[in-house]
Amino acid sequence: MSTMTPQKTTAPATRVRGGSRLGDRVLKVYVWLILAWLFLPIAVMIVFGFNDTRSKSNVTWQGFTFKWWGRLGDYPELTLAVQNSLQIAVLSTVITTVLGTLMGLALGRYRFRGQGATNLVMFAAIASPELVMGASLLSLFISGGVQTGFVTVVVAHVLFSLSFVAITVRARVIGLDPSIEEAARDLGASTWVTFWRVTFPMILPGVVAGALLAFALSIDDFVITQFTSGALQTFPLWIWGATRIGVPPQVNIIGTLIFAIGVAIAVFNTVISRRRT
Amino acid sequence: MKRLAPYLLILPGGLWLAIFLVVPMVFMASVSTQEGDMVNGFVQTFNFSVYGDALALYQTQFLRSAGYGLVATAVSVALAYPMAYWIAFKGGARKSTYLLLVLLPFFVSFVLRTVSWKFLLADDGMILGPLKATGLVPDDFHVLQTTVAVIGGLVYNYLPFMILPIYVALERVDPRVVEAAQDLYAARRQAFTKVVLPLSLPGVFAGVLMTFVPMTADYVNAGILGGPENTMIGNIIQTKYLVNNDYPTAAALSFTLMAAMLVGIFAYAKVLGTENVLEAAAR
Repeated sequence: MSTMTPQKTTAPATRVRGGSRLGDRVLKVYVWLILAWLFLPIAVMIVFGFNDTRSKSNVTWQGFTFKWWGRLGDYPELTLAVQNSLQIAVLSTVITTVLGTLMGLALGRYRFRGQGATNLVMFAAIASPELVMGASLLSLFISGGVQTGFVTVVVAHVLFSLSFVAITVRARVIGLDPSIEEAARDLGASTWVTFWRVTFPMILPGVVAGALLAFALSIDDFVITQFTSGALQTFPLWIWGATRIGVPPQVNIIGTLIFAIGVAIAVFNTVISRRRT
Repeated sequence: MKRLAPYLLILPGGLWLAIFLVVPMVFMASVSTQEGDMVNGFVQTFNFSVYGDALALYQTQFLRSAGYGLVATAVSVALAYPMAYWIAFKGGARKSTYLLLVLLPFFVSFVLRTVSWKFLLADDGMILGPLKATGLVPDDFHVLQTTVAVIGGLVYNYLPFMILPIYVALERVDPRVVEAAQDLYAARRQAFTKVVLPLSLPGVFAGVLMTFVPMTADYVNAGILGGPENTMIGNIIQTKYLVNNDYPTAAALSFTLMAAMLVGIFAYAKVLGTENVLEAAAR
């Protein structure tokens, strides 16, 4: 550890020798330009929720108004689509979190035959393009005579988020100190009690992170949902359908609300984890 | 019981993956060799000629998708690397804030973000409108429905998937290794090309995998930002499945796409190790 101390003193020297402060400054400007580019369409989305547009298309700025916020429910099909999105996200998140946590525990805790195969399938689930996943699922449902709709969408959403949750939980399980569980058992706790009172609280941050990820993946998904939804509409599907006839300002407002909630959760999460370390 | 524990834990999720990931591929293969239509139903005839016909008919779209995917991936590496580099080495205490900013756009549905680009780039939109009004840009100039718009949209939507794995790889580079190189009289550029760059290559590989595959299979960007000249193979598959109900052709095209990609993905993963790519993907 004594090597850590001199490192601090050499750092400024390196910077002088490198002598490329201008380069760093240029890079910093570059980073902010890319960030601005990433946020540009989002800014447009937020701003155009306040656009006093007269037609159904919402492309040119015609003045500021709050009126669309009061008329969020003007399109009953849009409202229904948002409700569907939320219900699908909640249900698939619950299923994914339970199954993914179990998988994460097994993968992080045990060495077992078939572990390599499990990793391979999880890898395939993450790496295969959504289009192929959606197309193959639809092939299965067509061949099996299964009516596509709410249930098939939930099945698909669990499929594509399961591996992410399992990996998130696994990382947490691997980081656990086994001696804490041993101590619980030495003090007479049963396997069940040890799990719920000791192990689970310790892996909970991983489980919550996985659940949030699953929820975000579900509510945003378009491609697999389009293939497995049949006549059912979700929020992204409704927008896709509306691009041809014009996207009303209500879509911008709902997008803004989802964005605001997401940002709030992310910021909260960052603050919490920073306080912990 | 102890021996069985991992299997009991893995079983529900493992079955879900097996049933809904592996089995559907078999059914897709089966559908691709059927004949028939929506009215009279589809019958299994093991007619493999659909593959040859579909490939002959849509080879342009296949090649275009691969080309768009390659160009968009290359542009993404070029844009992402300097950004990941700066955040990893100069981000200081704000590193996590910058990463959060990179990820925040994901809280807006990517369909909605792509639609926003359509508004921004429209012929009389916020960018081209003023430029045309002041005469800086000729009146017949347009961006929408061009190759540039589609590739730009692809880069826009998938750039964070390139930034993150490169960042993770750069973050793992010990600054003391760089200092050691400089102590041994490596110039700044040499320290970068001989030390930092090779150490960050796994991140670049992971980023390429994370972006090239979904970009090539994407149909949302070409659908919203492109025109008939920019149709990608994903648009064909989507239309055949969901609009024309031409399931055999659609399944044959998807199967070909998947086979090409799986061969690539697994060759890639073999070289790099599945665990590494998985870790990079999950960050």
